Amino acid sequence: MTNPPAAVPAAGADAALAALLLSVDPSGLGGAVLRAAPGAPRDQWLAALRARLPAGAPFKRVPLHITDERLLGGLDLATTLRTGRRALQRGLLAEADGGVVVLAMAERVTIATAARLAAVLDSRSVTLERDGLAARIPAAIALVALDEGIEPDERAPAVLLERLAFHLDLAGLDPRAALAVSADAAAVAAARLRLPSVALPEDLLTALVTTAAALGVHSARASWFALRASCALAALRGAGAVGEADAAIAARLVLAPRATRLPAAPEDERDETDEPAEAEPPTAEPAAANDEPAPPPQALDESAEVVLAAARAAIPAGLLAQLQAGLVRRPQRGAAGRAGALRGGALRGRPVGIRAGLPERGARLDLVETLRAAAPWQPVRRRAAAAAGDASARRVRIEGADFRIRRFKERSETTTIFVVDASGSSALHRLAEAKGAVELLLADCYVRRDRVAVVAFRGRGADVLLPPTRSLVRAKRSLAGLPGGGGTPLAAGLDAALAIADAVQRRGGTAVLVLLTDGRANIARDAAPGRGQAEADALQSARGVLAAGLNALLIDTSPRPQPFAAQLAGEMHARYFPLPHADAAALNRAVRLAATATS
Amino acid sequence: MRAVFPFSAIVAQEEMKLALLATAVDPTIGGVLVFGDRGTGKSTAVRALAALMPPMRVVVGCRFGCDPDAPATHCDECRARRRKEPLPSRRAPVPVVDLPLGATEDRVVGALDLERALADGVRAFEPGLLARANRGFLYIDEVNLLEDHLVDLLIDVAASGENVVEREGLSVRHPARFVLVGSGNPEEGELRPQLLDRFGLSVEVRTPGEIGARIEVLRRRDAFERDPAAFVARWQRKDAAVRRLILRARELIDDIDVSDALLEQAARLCLKLGTDGLRGELTLMRAARAVAGLEGARTVDLTHLRRVAAPALRHRLRRDPLDDSGSSLRVERAVADVLGA
Repeated sequence: MTNPPAAVPAAGADAALAALLLSVDPSGLGGAVLRAAPGAPRDQWLAALRARLPAGAPFKRVPLHITDERLLGGLDLATTLRTGRRALQRGLLAEADGGVVVLAMAERVTIATAARLAAVLDSRSVTLERDGLAARIPAAIALVALDEGIEPDERAPAVLLERLAFHLDLAGLDPRAALAVSADAAAVAAARLRLPSVALPEDLLTALVTTAAALGVHSARASWFALRASCALAALRGAGAVGEADAAIAARLVLAPRATRLPAAPEDERDETDEPAEAEPPTAEPAAANDEPAPPPQALDESAEVVLAAARAAIPAGLLAQLQAGLVRRPQRGAAGRAGALRGGALRGRPVGIRAGLPERGARLDLVETLRAAAPWQPVRRRAAAAAGDASARRVRIEGADFRIRRFKERSETTTIFVVDASGSSALHRLAEAKGAVELLLADCYVRRDRVAVVAFRGRGADVLLPPTRSLVRAKRSLAGLPGGGGTPLAAGLDAALAIADAVQRRGGTAVLVLLTDGRANIARDAAPGRGQAEADALQSARGVLAAGLNALLIDTSPRPQPFAAQLAGEMHARYFPLPHADAAALNRAVRLAATATS
Repeated sequence: MRAVFPFSAIVAQEEMKLALLATAVDPTIGGVLVFGDRGTGKSTAVRALAALMPPMRVVVGCRFGCDPDAPATHCDECRARRRKEPLPSRRAPVPVVDLPLGATEDRVVGALDLERALADGVRAFEPGLLARANRGFLYIDEVNLLEDHLVDLLIDVAASGENVVEREGLSVRHPARFVLVGSGNPEEGELRPQLLDRFGLSVEVRTPGEIGARIEVLRRRDAFERDPAAFVARWQRKDAAVRRLILRARELIDDIDVSDALLEQAARLCLKLGTDGLRGELTLMRAARAVAGLEGARTVDLTHLRRVAAPALRHRLRRDPLDDSGSSLRVERAVADVLGA
C-alpha cells in the first residue's frame, strides 16, 4: 500500500489523500462519497481507509433497504421476552461508533434514510424514540457513500453530500494501478494525537472562507470541512500549525468539487464567463435568486490567492466545462430537489401506521405492537391455560387477534412530462396559449404533489428544459424563458421525453406525457428537414410512447385541428384535445379533464 | 452531556433568533418554522435556545410537568391529587424534546408500558414525546420529511393542546402544549398546509452574504470545538443577558399596550395580503408584543409590527404555486404599502 506515488494520476493521488485524511479525523470530516463502479479502485480505497483506522474501529456496511430498527436500534425482543424487561438492541449506526459506515448504492438511498444518517452525522449520536424506548446513543461515525450512479443526475441525496467532506470520483482511475497512500497506520495514529493541538492561522481561515465564497460554495459546512482537512494535513506533516500549502490542498480536496461558479482568474480576465452563471441560476426557490453573495472583488491577500488558485485548478473537468458554458445548475440546489423527490420511497413505501391483522400476503408483522396487544391479556390467558392443563405457564401467549401489521404507503410518484413544441409554426399560433395550458396543468400537479419535467423542441432538436422536479416555480420559469422559432423536430421531442419517462419508470414511478404541438413535424430524427421522414419518425416515436406504457395527452395547438396530430395521438393511445380557439374556459375544462383522467 | 453552542454566539440570522426569542417570551405565538439553506446553523440555534431558557416550576412527580400555578391546565392526575393535598413543586429545566425522523408512533403519543404489561400484567400508560414536551419545545429537524402518520398526530395535538390516546385498551388524555419548532430545507419537499398553519412564525435562513460574517461563523465554531467548556464560559454573560431579556419581557408582556390604531394597521396588512382566517392577525399582534417586551417597550409600535410582519405572515399567504415572487417579497411590499416605508 505504501508504494511511491509514481504513475498514479492526480485524481488517484487526491483520492488517496482523502482516505488518509479521513482516517486521521473520521467523524470530524463526516466522510466521503465515492463515485465509482464497483471494482479495484474502490476496493483499494476502502482498504486503504480501513487499514489506517484505529485498531478495532468498526467498519460496517449499510445495505440500501435497511430498516429503521436495524439502522437506529429498537427493542431486543429475545431478551425482552426472556427477562420480562425491556432491552435495547443497538442499531448499526450505534455499533459503528468510532468507526466507519459504508453505505452501498448511495444514489438509490431513500431521502428518509439519508435524513436519518444526516441527523446522526450532525449530532454524532443516535436519538432513539422507538418501540417504547428512548435513548441517546453515541455514534461518532464517518460515512462512506458508494455512489454507482451513471447518469449525471443519479447521485446521492444532497442532504448527505452536504455532510461529507470529500466528493471523489474514481471513475477515471486505472483499475490496475495501485492506490498509493503515503502514510501508514502508525503515522496516522500519531497525526490523530496531534490533531487537537494544530493551530489555524487567522489569514488561512480567511483564505478558506474567501475561496469558498469565490467558488460559490455557500454552506458553512463546506468551509468547516476544508478547515478540518487542513488541520489534518498539518497533523500528518507533524506540524503544529496549518501552513499555506495545507490550506491549498484542503481547498482543492473539499471546495473545488463543490464549486457552483468559476472564480475570476487571478490576474487577467475579470471575465464574462462567470456572468451567465450568476445571471440565471434556475434555482429551486424564489428567495434564493437574490441571495447570491458577490464574489469578493478584491481584498484577496496573498495566501487567499494561493488557496483559490489551487482550488480553481482542481475543479473537475466536467464541472469546469459546465461552469464555463454558464450551465451551472448550482448542483446542491438542483440536485437536491430531484434527489429528494426521486427517492420519496416508492419502492418499499413509507410506513403509515400499524393496524390489526395477520401477517400474510407479504404484510410485515410488527412484533412490538403485537406484543403490546397481547401483553394485557397474559394473566387471563395463563390462568385459562393452567385451567386447561397446559403447564407452560411462563410463555407469552399470543393469539390471532393480537397480531399487528405495518402498513406502508406504496404510492408511486407521478411525473408529468411536458413536451412543448416551440417551433416557428407553433410560436406563430399560440406558444403563449400553450404556456398558459401548461401552467394550468402545473397548478394541478401541485395539488397532487406530482413532479414535473419540461422538454421543448424547436429548430433541429429537443432540450430538456427542466429535469423532473417538484419546484413548479422552476417549471414556470423554464417555460417563460422559452423562445419560439425554427423547425418542428417532433420525433426528437418525443424521444427526449421517453428518455426521462424511462428513468422515472426505472425508479418505480409513473410517468405521464403531455404533448403540446401543432403536429407539423418537419425535422426528422436525424435533424434533416423534410416533412415525410419527419412524420414517419414522429409516428415511430409515438409508438415508442405506447410501448413504454405511458399515459399521454396531446393538446393540438394549431388554429384548426390537424389530422396528423390526431393520428399521432392515436398511435400513442393518447387523449387528444384540440386547443379550442381562444376560449380560456374551454381550455381550462379540457385541461382539468385531462389531468384527472391521466392521474 | 455535550456542551451546547451558546445562543448569543450565533452569527447573524437575526430573524431566526428574534422569532425563537419571541416564542420563548410568549409560547402562545405557536411555534417557529425555520426553513432555508443547508449549513446555516438551524438546529444549532434551536438547541442553543433550549440551553438558554429560564427554568420553570413543575408539580413534583407529575409525568406531564404540570404548572402548579395554572390549575386550569392540569392533567387528570394533578387534578385528583390537588383535591387531597397542596401540590408540591420544584424547578425544572424547560423541556426541549427532539422528535427524530425514525420515531415510532408509540413513542410519540405514548403507549402501553410493555414491560409492566408483560411482567405484571398491569395496563399502564407510558407517556411519549408529546407528554415530555408539554410546556416546552418539540423540535423536529427535517420536518418536511416526517412521515405522514406522525404529521397527522402532530397537527391534531398542536391545535388542541391535548393528547388523546386510545389504543391497546388504554384511554388517556393529557395536556400537551408545546412550542413546535421545525427546521428543514424546502428542496427536500414541501410541508402540508395544515402543518404549516400550526407554526406561528416562519423564518427563512440564508448563508450570510458577507465574508466577514462567514469567517466569524467558522472562527467561533473552531473555538467551540477545540474547547467547548471554555467557549461556553466565555459567552455565559451574554447568554445570561439574553435570558434576563426573556424574563423581563415575560413580566412586561401582560401590560404592554396595543393601540386600536395599530390593531387596525395589522388587520389592514392581513387584508391586503389575503391571509386566511384570524390566526395571522393574532400571531402578528402576539409576536409584535413579544418583540416589544424584549426591547423593554411599554407599547407596541410600528417598528415592532414591521419586524414581525414577514415571519408572522409569509407562510399564510394563499398559495399560488406559480407565483415566483417569493412570499417574503409579497409581505415586504404589503408592509411598505400599508405601514408606509
